[in-house]
Amino acid sequence: MIRSITQQKPEEELEELLNGVNRIFIVGCGTCVTMTRTGGEPEVVAMREKLSASGKMVTGHVTVPVACDNLTGEITEEYGEQIEQADTLLIMTCAFGVQTIAGQLRKMVVPALDTLFIGKETAHGEFNEICTQCGTCIIGETGGVCPVTACHKGLVNGPCGGTDQGRCEIDKDKACAWTKIYNRLDELGRLDSMRKLQKPRNYLGEPSPGKLVMNG
Amino acid sequence: MVSSFKEALESGKFVVTCEVAPPKGINLEKTKHHIEFLKDKVDAMNLTDHQSSVMRYPSLGAAIMVKELGGEPILQMTCRDRNRLALQADLLCAASKGIHNVLCLTGDSVMLGDHKEAKGVFDLDSSQLVAAMRLLEKGKDLGGNELDGAPAFCAGAIVTPEANPIDPQLIKFEKKIDAGAEFIQTQAVYDMPKLKSFMDYAKQFPVKILAGIILLTSAPMARFMNKNIAGVNVPQELVDEMASAPKGRAMETGIEIAGRMIKQIHDENICDGVHIMAIGKEEVVPDIMSAAGLT
Ligand code: SF4
Repeated sequence: MIRSITQQKPEEELEELLNGVNRIFIVGCGTCVTMTRTGGEPEVVAMREKLSASGKMVTGHVTVPVACDNLTGEITEEYGEQIEQADTLLIMTCAFGVQTIAGQLRKMVVPALDTLFIGKETAHGEFNEICTQCGTCIIGETGGVCPVTACHKGLVNGPCGGTDQGRCEIDKDKACAWTKIYNRLDELGRLDSMRKLQKPRNYLGEPSPGKLVMNG
Repeated sequence: MVSSFKEALESGKFVVTCEVAPPKGINLEKTKHHIEFLKDKVDAMNLTDHQSSVMRYPSLGAAIMVKELGGEPILQMTCRDRNRLALQADLLCAASKGIHNVLCLTGDSVMLGDHKEAKGVFDLDSSQLVAAMRLLEKGKDLGGNELDGAPAFCAGAIVTPEANPIDPQLIKFEKKIDAGAEFIQTQAVYDMPKLKSFMDYAKQFPVKILAGIILLTSAPMARFMNKNIAGVNVPQELVDEMASAPKGRAMETGIEIAGRMIKQIHDENICDGVHIMAIGKEEVVPDIMSAAGLT
């Protein structure tokens, strides 16, 4: 299943964001951030303890099931008073959750996490970015491996000169997308597809911010 | 002929190019000195474009200097820092200043340089940049619009003959030639048998190939390249040869090795020429050439 992959912000950054903020309500999420252990119930509790130890007042906390869904009436009712007492909401969800909550509650929000990418758990504890949602899908010619996402430079005509033993020039832990694409196409007997000179990419697929209105 | 470099390529002579790095800052004295010192000794000189993603004086500015000083520039252009509008605009500017030789590169990641947090552009890739040059020559831009005055170029690109894996690299190499590359300057090669086998394959294509030679300045420098530069592989014998150089004489050994390789490439007719990268030691380029028996 596709997930929002997050990482906790560096401590100093969070301290700075919470500088001058005394009363805090913390929100976690039971879905993606629970899986990545960045904003599930245990992390929310640990955060509460850390903040209390540093002299902040935590008015309350909740781990909602799916933070990118609108908050249910039950949650706003049950925690309404604690939320009201806080000057700031510290949100331990991905940026989708932060924005959904910010749009519903009239409070300043501070994200406790950075949202890194939309990806998949490809092995236990390992997450990889799969699609950057560019709006002009070209993987029909690359054997189903996306060079826009998986190549650090988003190259569409083959590898740069930086490939080293099939790894990317920026990080030996990252596979070179073009080694993968080559191997895939070779296996399928379709290297002809890689030989075709691809035109410059079309960035007009869906100009950001994306918006789709369905007719009828 | 669009440029004297192109003329040299087509004359069938053994072509020699070298590299000059623009300064970090606006003190142009050293660059000017290198250009004046080398301009009549080589067929053309490359001006590097924020090499290794380190911000410097622009390659276009330095290529204009070469032109003004009476030399023959090869403008290096990477796709890392400019989108297609800026790349085409700089190509027009270059041609209007009499700079016609352009080497197209993808460019290293910004993460490897001195502005690690910058945005890498890569709107075009190196093969598309070659194609864009050929299109501009026809009086059209990438948006399909007519130009008022079309430029002319001698288009070049690079290849890494020791890339690992090599096959995807060779497909890209062929695409650059299909897109219209007339010359290729290779990444540094030290292993002659490997260069020969690459050339056995590459000779079938209508393109001139200049073998890249990076001057070895010390054994640690050779080891550093082996460890950190993808596609550069200094064989152990050469590392040992550098290490056994008498104290203070490593540079001489490096010059001797470079000269020896160039001589072999020349005498055995392996490539159409060489591209000498002396990285900061430009003043020894003539010594390398004489060690190779070229002067
Ligand atoms: S090494 Fe491979 S994945 Fe990395 S930038 Fe180059 S082509 Fe893309």
